[in-house]
Amino acid sequence: MNQLVVAGKAYSSRLLVGTGKYKDFAQTRAAVEASGAQIVTVAIRRTNIGQNPGEPSLLDALPPSRFTILPNTAGCYSAQDAVRTLRLARELLDGHTLVKLEVLGDPHTLYPNVMETLSAAQTLVKEGFQVMVYTSDDPIVAKELEQIGCVAVMPLASLIGSGMGILNPWNLQIIIDNAKVPVLVDAGVGTASDAAIAMELGCDGVLMNTAIATAKDPILMASAMRKAVEAGREAYLAGRMAKKPYVAAPSSPSSGLIAPAQNKAA
Amino acid sequence: MIILTVNGEHRRFEAPLTAAQLVASLQLTGKRVALERNGEIVPRGEFDRQSLSDGDRIEIVVAVGGG
Repeated sequence: MNQLVVAGKAYSSRLLVGTGKYKDFAQTRAAVEASGAQIVTVAIRRTNIGQNPGEPSLLDALPPSRFTILPNTAGCYSAQDAVRTLRLARELLDGHTLVKLEVLGDPHTLYPNVMETLSAAQTLVKEGFQVMVYTSDDPIVAKELEQIGCVAVMPLASLIGSGMGILNPWNLQIIIDNAKVPVLVDAGVGTASDAAIAMELGCDGVLMNTAIATAKDPILMASAMRKAVEAGREAYLAGRMAKKPYVAAPSSPSSGLIAPAQNKAA
Repeated sequence: MIILTVNGEHRRFEAPLTAAQLVASLQLTGKRVALERNGEIVPRGEFDRQSLSDGDRIEIVVAVGGG
């Protein structure tokens, strides 16, 4: 079956997108539509008290009836803050339990703090959350998170917002080969080929935000990413040819060629 | 008079109030918000019954764009 199944629910799109850094909600919605994504991440933040009480909200532009809203814990540096944030998110979203956990360890690199991430994951799984977890590309940590009960493991391809692409395909490959839950690349994708490579490796999906939102034309990039994820998935399923270094093999028959030209030299 | 810390800001109220009254005073009634009182979730269905006390730390959150 060519669907992404997370926590027992099937999705036809394997591309998950964030909703940050867009010009306005109209652009956010248009980009999400163009990406074909069914799961969209949102952040949880303090409401602006006393400012523009009538201003539209993100969830008006992206209604939970139409999209699977995946609240994240972006900006949290401790397990405790991440857990509190997701309890608030569950209340905000009427008991919705599918969440994205990320606990950061450093404000400069936004590298995940895996100790705090493991601790938060344990608490959240006990409290009935379905946790999709952002982590480093360490295969041992990825396996631990799976064993705790996370419903998807989401290693970085490179640093959040860096657009540096897939820096360690070998680690991702180990994680994919060992995982019994979906593995999604989360963070670092810069352009369509990065998404295709992630999918060709056998990732179950890709989550991205900045690559689309900060493209010159976000809507067009969203469409490119949709195609890249689909193309990469099909290539993975099709099974690529073996690499044959130093061996060239013609694609056309080597017999039956017309007679070579006569040597016209005197 | 009571003082609440709402999203990090001190706010004075003439009389004790419920979570629902606080939300109304901030013009957030009917909006999709979640409220935490001293680190504990207050379910939306209990806003009417939840009386707030002097010194309470309140967080009121919404969903915003993020990745």
